[in-house]
Amino acid sequence: MTTTTTTPTVAVWKFASCDGCQLNLLNAEDELLDVAKAVTIAYFPEATRAMQDGPYDVSIVEGSITTPEEIERIKHVREISGKLITIGACATHGGIQALRNYADVEEYTSYVYASPEFIDTLETSTPISEHVHVDFELRGCPVDKYQLVEVISAFAQGRRPRIPTYSVCVECKRAGNICVPVAQGTPCLGPVTQAGCGAICPSFNRGCYACFGPQDSQNCHGMADRLMALGMTTEEMTRAYRTFNATCEPFQAESLRHERARKAGAEEVEA
Amino acid sequence: MRTMGLAGLDELVEALGRAGYEVFGPRVRDGAMVLAPISGVADLPRGVGDTQDAAHYRLRDRGDERLFGYATAVQGLKQVLFPSHELLWRARKTPIGFDVEEADATPPKPRAFLGARDCDLRALAVHDTVLASREYADKPYQQRRDGVFVVAVTCADPGGTCFCVSQGGSPKPQAGFDLSLTELLDDDGHRFLVEVGSERGAQILAEVSTAEAVAADTDAADALVATATASMGRTLDTEGLHDVMFASADSPHWDTVASRCLACTNCTLVCPTCFCTSVEDTTDLAMTTTERHRVWDSCFGARFSYIHGGVVRESGSSRYRQWITHKLAGYQDQFGLSGCVGCGRCITWCPAAIDITAEAAALRASLPATEEDLQTVGETR
Ligand code: SF4
Ligand code: SF4
Ligand code: SF4
Repeated sequence: MTTTTTTPTVAVWKFASCDGCQLNLLNAEDELLDVAKAVTIAYFPEATRAMQDGPYDVSIVEGSITTPEEIERIKHVREISGKLITIGACATHGGIQALRNYADVEEYTSYVYASPEFIDTLETSTPISEHVHVDFELRGCPVDKYQLVEVISAFAQGRRPRIPTYSVCVECKRAGNICVPVAQGTPCLGPVTQAGCGAICPSFNRGCYACFGPQDSQNCHGMADRLMALGMTTEEMTRAYRTFNATCEPFQAESLRHERARKAGAEEVEA
Repeated sequence: MRTMGLAGLDELVEALGRAGYEVFGPRVRDGAMVLAPISGVADLPRGVGDTQDAAHYRLRDRGDERLFGYATAVQGLKQVLFPSHELLWRARKTPIGFDVEEADATPPKPRAFLGARDCDLRALAVHDTVLASREYADKPYQQRRDGVFVVAVTCADPGGTCFCVSQGGSPKPQAGFDLSLTELLDDDGHRFLVEVGSERGAQILAEVSTAEAVAADTDAADALVATATASMGRTLDTEGLHDVMFASADSPHWDTVASRCLACTNCTLVCPTCFCTSVEDTTDLAMTTTERHRVWDSCFGARFSYIHGGVVRESGSSRYRQWITHKLAGYQDQFGLSGCVGCGRCITWCPAAIDITAEAAALRASLPATEEDLQTVGETR
């Protein structure tokens, strides 16, 4: 960090999303004042009407790309930003709206809108990184507020963010939880999922839903074998890997493998 | 040898409390047996057993009054003496530099552990060797370890994943305790045979109502130990195991395990001898305070073997090989003991049902048959 008195300017942008990740920044009440001292919040419509024009040192982007207009807008954001950080499952992996990638969008729009002809939308929901260069991706649905504050401070301080990429099981065991698949037979995606949430679901005796996407050494195929041993069907397996991070490669490959098996009516999933 | 009844056990917990100890014992939480603070016999499980198999754990009703009728608790003493997370030091910025404040891990009260098993004590001995007996002792571990009082218990009903007997252990605690109990439950009543293991143990026991043990009690205890010894859920063939492991370095079997292994780290985090950690530094937003924390880490993680230029053990097969080879062979060369005490936790709590005894057997089976061949493989490797 330089010794000048000005702090880095930060802009927060929204694309196709539910605003939950931005809200988690506002929810970080204890840290927010310190954040405001460490950086200058220059553009954050969700929080304040005071807006400074760009360029910005750091842009934080929530949401995925689902319309032609958004493609142009993200290119503009990239041009006026020093660093670009994406936050949340929508921005990093297309989000829950990426389920459209596996469906017929025209058919969907005809169900939802009275006048679908006014809807100008893309066939797919895609992560920001498919359109512009991204400097850091923070996972989660929503992101964890402590991780978000950590990423902002890291960029403000000019260091690498301390965001682990190992499995949820690491956090789960450190927290002293009793493993739910082993002690209750409850399916849990924790072994293939990246840590970050603090193992919230297993802490409440539920299985992990993989909100944070794949861990760095995922074995989604081996995981599926175990979940099916716990009684999950090919249809349930397809859905388990197709939630908030349906476009990420390892989850997608597994969900497609199980979908093929289900469509073929096969008893066994291909190896 | 002395005996005492249930009231005596309560007096023992009270005596430990009077002597200033915080007493930990078995308790049921979320459908599992965990180690937690207790204040008397009323807190202990009664008639609770467990069923353990690979990736399977359930508590069950024993239909009797046993207090120590389960096999191993979810975690050993590691969770208390070598916790999953601790602050090592904190530094604060000053006008001319910074001040470092070292954390003190000495517990406010020394700890007493009621219900520790032989495998727990042998795991503790491994930690003592690795963490506290080498040139640079681990200070926080030492601070927590000093003054620990152990009331061990004989395993009456070993679990489905136990194999301590193969690893030189026994259902009956051998060493490392201050007092050791064998719970007897028969027509002569519910009572505990008490063995004294240290001067401190004798002093505490002197405050408890006990009676001289009769031959029938010691005979009953011997019979219980013999039955337990014969009912290990699993076995591990340790004959030449050290060489088998190293000769298996290039075995195709590693890929078979890796196809099942989820690299989730559970096996290492429940293992009472695993001691690998990582340090994490944090800085506050104002950049005036920085902290160094130590957390449990695992050789199954990718970043664990990250050095300048990349990850050394990229594949799942190389990580499983590292873990089991270190446990069953490397420790011997490094520390003169096995890294596995046969508690079975890694088998029970592996969500992929990977079994260290089965994998070691499979590796052995995939090697050339004769010892001569084995040596040749080892040398040419
Ligand atoms: S409950 Fe789930 S996240 Fe926790 S250790 Fe078990 S498998 Fe991993
Ligand atoms: S390797 Fe497995 S059986 Fe051996 S001490 Fe560790 S957890 Fe227990
Ligand atoms: S052996 Fe089992 S517990 Fe250990 S990392 Fe692999 S899947 Fe996880």
